[in-house]
Amino acid sequence: MAKLNLLLLAVLVACALGLVTSQHKARKLFSELEREHGRARELDVEYGRLQLEASTWGLHSRVERIATGTLGMRPADPRRTRVVSRDSR
Amino acid sequence: MSAAAQALVRLPVWRARFVLAALVGAFALLVARSIYLQAMKTDFLQEKGDARYSRLLEVPATRGRILDRNGDALAVSTPVKSIWAIPADAGLSSKQKKTLASLLSIDGRELEKKLSDASRDFVYLKRQVSPEIAESVLALGLPGVHQHAEHRRYYPGGEVTAQVIGFTGVDDAGQEGVELAHQATLAGKPGSRRVIKDRLGRIVEDVEAIRAGEDGKDLALSIDSKIQSLAFGALKAAVEQHRAKAGAAVALDVASGEILALVNVPSYNPNNRARLNGAQLRNRVITDLFEPGSTLKPFTIALALETGQITPATRIATAPGRLTLAGYTIRDVHPAAELSVAQVLQKSSNVGAAKLALALPREAMWDLYRRVGFGAPPQLGFPGAAAGRLRHHRGWRPIEQASMAYGHGLSVSLVPLARDGELVALSLVKTGAGASGDKVLSAESARAVRAMLELAVQPGGTGPRARIMGWRVAGKTGTAHKQENGGYAADKYLASFVGFAPASAPRLVVAVMIDEPAAGQHYGGTVAAPVFAQVMQGALRLLAVPHDAPLEPIPLPGEGEEAKEST
Repeated sequence: MAKLNLLLLAVLVACALGLVTSQHKARKLFSELEREHGRARELDVEYGRLQLEASTWGLHSRVERIATGTLGMRPADPRRTRVVSRDSR
Repeated sequence: MSAAAQALVRLPVWRARFVLAALVGAFALLVARSIYLQAMKTDFLQEKGDARYSRLLEVPATRGRILDRNGDALAVSTPVKSIWAIPADAGLSSKQKKTLASLLSIDGRELEKKLSDASRDFVYLKRQVSPEIAESVLALGLPGVHQHAEHRRYYPGGEVTAQVIGFTGVDDAGQEGVELAHQATLAGKPGSRRVIKDRLGRIVEDVEAIRAGEDGKDLALSIDSKIQSLAFGALKAAVEQHRAKAGAAVALDVASGEILALVNVPSYNPNNRARLNGAQLRNRVITDLFEPGSTLKPFTIALALETGQITPATRIATAPGRLTLAGYTIRDVHPAAELSVAQVLQKSSNVGAAKLALALPREAMWDLYRRVGFGAPPQLGFPGAAAGRLRHHRGWRPIEQASMAYGHGLSVSLVPLARDGELVALSLVKTGAGASGDKVLSAESARAVRAMLELAVQPGGTGPRARIMGWRVAGKTGTAHKQENGGYAADKYLASFVGFAPASAPRLVVAVMIDEPAAGQHYGGTVAAPVFAQVMQGALRLLAVPHDAPLEPIPLPGEGEEAKEST
């Protein structure tokens, strides 16, 4: 009987230690997850900012100004443009 | 212990009993206390315990982006920081104050004033500064100076899309335009969750999500930013050239009812709203009322054709070029003895149109107007949409029968003509698909009026300047006297043009309104039609619509080739 009790005690202690370790591990993993979530948010923000930047650089009026001004481009002459519809080759 | 010793120390019995009683009593006290704590004060104690390690976190929702139909951003939120201070805690040296003021680019004296008010616990030093500046403020390590995260909305489109998109306030809630109309979708719902934090403030465990947060959804508008910007440029140039008070233009996709462009002049920069006035904020297309006048004539004629009483060739006596109705005289700019129905439209004859309108059953006309949406606010979900006015047919006066929101009314009245009689609901949000609508006119009448409208932009009509190279155009000019103080102002006009192209298979409807042109010219055909042509040509090219006309340069109308109109 005493032997069994000792064995049970040992098992109990082992379980308790296991619980503590797994809890610790879970918390560590969780804080890592939180960190990654934070990073995801930051990247999202970054994406928004880049998108904003892209729209600002790609503003129609700016593109037009550069195309006609710096690059000396002009709209294609409609007389030399042919519109091809999708189903006729 | 021996028996002798036992006999020696013989304690009185009451002492043992007393000790027992005391122990039992103390135990009972403990039990009572524990019952009290465990059962009666448990909530309070648990709360206290939680307060040591569990924290309630607000999960802010990011406001959704507003995109155009091609996915280009029209409004984006980015996080910014607001710098605030507790004046009593902020004992800054004058050098620190100087650095802070220059970092925040605020006036040194203003900063001094804000920080010297010790009666306040909280004062904003500057709201919405960029994260980089906030970082360097933080690096100064000033006592009593704090910051918190906020969002700021940026509008890359600037003044081009200002009235459509609207803007948000400092608290990130929509205040105008689409931002306000779709506030619920864009804003999302902030969530909150309970977590366990360790000594260092790291989150170690997620206890529960109290409210699941939801980020705002992105909203794709039907606006095409290229056409929008094109229309804005053309309109702005025209408003400046004609020294007009204001202008507005709309472009619609005929197939889906989507609004591809909606522009207003004067405009403002939504990113910097320091100086704003009501005129700039106004989305004239939707919120301003006017009497459609001439531009509604195609509609009246379509109805007249519908009744079967007339055909496009029917002659109408218009001599002597004026008609007095209920004390008000209608005049024609080009008096003629007799005009066909097609010519009435082409020359924009007021007398002819009035005679036609008078011959029509009032009820049918009223019904048609109502079905097209006159007298009701546009169903766009846009704040401040004007309801317009439609008199009941019993109270109709021959002059003013209907008024409706500016551009919306103009463009919507042309949609049934362009769509073979089908009316379709307009949409400011991308639908991406063709829409089906109610039949309000027969296809034959719609086609007949379309052919007449094409005549109206030929030499001899009122709007030859609306023609473009490569595509057949159809449209109608309008030159309305503005209503003022209950009467019509003599020298204040509203020039408009509304039309569609390609005339063989309409794809786009464009409406242009110019308010009070003051540089000598005021006819819709000379002021508004060129803007229409510019916008239409550019938009058709952008959409790669096949040509349906020979590619020959369009000669500008010579003297006398252009008809004028007066309503």
